[in-house]
Amino acid sequence: MSRGILLYAELTRYNSDGQYVHPVFFELAAKANELSQKLDNAPIYALLIGAHNLVKEFKEGFTENNIDTVYVAEDERLKDYSTEYYSKIAVDLVKEIDPEIFIIGATTQGRDLAPRISSALGTGLTADCIELDINEKGQLAATRPTFGGQLMATILCKNQPQMATVRPKVFKPLKEFIKKDTKFINKKPDIDNLEKKVTLIDFLKNPEKEDSALEDAEIIVAGGRGMKDLMGFELLKEFASLLNAKVGASRVAVEMGLASHEMQIGQTGKTVTPKIYIACGISGALQHTVGMKDSDKIIAINTDKNAPIFDIADIAIAGDVFEILPELIEMIKKNKI
Amino acid sequence: MKIAICIKQVPDTTDIQWTEHNTIKRDGVESILNPYDVYAIEAGLKIKHETDAELSVFTMGPAQAEDILRKALAVGADRAYLISDRKFAAADTYATGSTIAAAIKKALPDFDIIICGQFAIDGDTAQTGPTIANMLDIPQVTYVKDIESVNEDIVTVTREVEDGIEKLTAELPVLLCVLKKDEDPTRAKINGIINARNAEIQTLTLDDIGLPPERAGLKGSPTYVSKAFRPVAKHRNLPPTEASPESQVLFLYNKLQELGAFDNE
Repeated sequence: MSRGILLYAELTRYNSDGQYVHPVFFELAAKANELSQKLDNAPIYALLIGAHNLVKEFKEGFTENNIDTVYVAEDERLKDYSTEYYSKIAVDLVKEIDPEIFIIGATTQGRDLAPRISSALGTGLTADCIELDINEKGQLAATRPTFGGQLMATILCKNQPQMATVRPKVFKPLKEFIKKDTKFINKKPDIDNLEKKVTLIDFLKNPEKEDSALEDAEIIVAGGRGMKDLMGFELLKEFASLLNAKVGASRVAVEMGLASHEMQIGQTGKTVTPKIYIACGISGALQHTVGMKDSDKIIAINTDKNAPIFDIADIAIAGDVFEILPELIEMIKKNKI
Repeated sequence: MKIAICIKQVPDTTDIQWTEHNTIKRDGVESILNPYDVYAIEAGLKIKHETDAELSVFTMGPAQAEDILRKALAVGADRAYLISDRKFAAADTYATGSTIAAAIKKALPDFDIIICGQFAIDGDTAQTGPTIANMLDIPQVTYVKDIESVNEDIVTVTREVEDGIEKLTAELPVLLCVLKKDEDPTRAKINGIINARNAEIQTLTLDDIGLPPERAGLKGSPTYVSKAFRPVAKHRNLPPTEASPESQVLFLYNKLQELGAFDNE
């Protein structure tokens, strides 16, 4: 039998709003269940690091996702994320349980932590993957975009554990829970002799975060250069409000000052996968499409019928946004009860 | 104070061309200084102005990567090292990190701060910086927004994370990975460019840095590419609908209704 798949169960920041298991963990868990089947039902392990009461707080997230064993490292010193402490704990655990695969979410924390662990273990790490599979030889085949999303590379690792970070929002969590009698094992963190050199002294919460939440939107209406000016974006906002949608923007629109950085979708902005993505006046440069091409349905409106956005659109409208949107808005308003 | 800045020459990824075999055309693609590394140099220059630090730039790559070292010298870096050897070819982030760490240990053993760009736009892995830090057994701070203050043994930085901005202190020596900024970087002055053109650049080979050959290049890389391919759009490629605006509006309205867009909570 396989030696198992280890997942890092990242926790969100410890603060007065409470602490949660980062959503990316459930995406990793769903994928790990698939991989496990291809590895003779390899056991799935999780590593959970934090301050206290972790099992009580977060138990269901593991028992409902078919996790065999959770290794829990609890200590007041682990309240806030620390590269030094957390990587030491992860490296110690890997040396002990010797998993075949170790997967970490490609969050800011994951991308800080993972290379520190892999290099300490002398193994390979594939960054920011968008697909994981087991090949015919039983190896982890990790696929990731490179060259700004213009080339995909499938990467194998000849050392163990084979490590990967996985981009959030790419895999879907389990549709139906798989219950498991998960074992929770406390691991006393061996950090007393570690002289920690980096100290978190302050944190300023991002105020815009609640409002934008583009990544969680079911419908996104996005504008590009073709929206011309701020009035154009006002039109998008009105349209979006009728659909309870969020407004996004291409890099060009942000550079033109029509939208804030928070709204930017694409390689240098956010990656989104809504049910419906409506691209208005966006030509569809790769810079942009990398961040939205995995949406369920893409609707594109553009005057240029050769615009590359039409190559990935499900519904392609070659026409003038400024003729179509106001009429559409009227029609929706009229038919709303 | 001694600062090492690690920079990389990358192909301009906004200008990728494809061959008929669906591979990336390497010839004739313009090489640039990785945009994040521009700000690694900027961060070094800022510390230099405040503390009269000495800046050494390092790059690993073929002989032509000398260009970006001269760019760094032109804006105010003091010394430059080209880590170059055919045995370094095809290195992954682990082998690259091992190589650069060995080079810094050799050329600048008493460094105080190492500054890297957070990402390189070609590979986009963000792994080489932390790997260097691990190999040198020093702490790291990634996603650095600003270096707020530096003194003899401690640096204070801000760090941009998903939910806000962290402020941290780190004891030296430390490795920092910095983010891009909106502000324009320093422009080279004509004197700087002339001096940079004539400056000596030291080349460091595998023998020079004393890394075991099995730790370098392809041999020293735990990961390898098994397949590279052009991404395929999963969406249907419909011809754009060209019709009167009235009929397009009606068409869109019906489609949105079909997709349940009017019932979105």
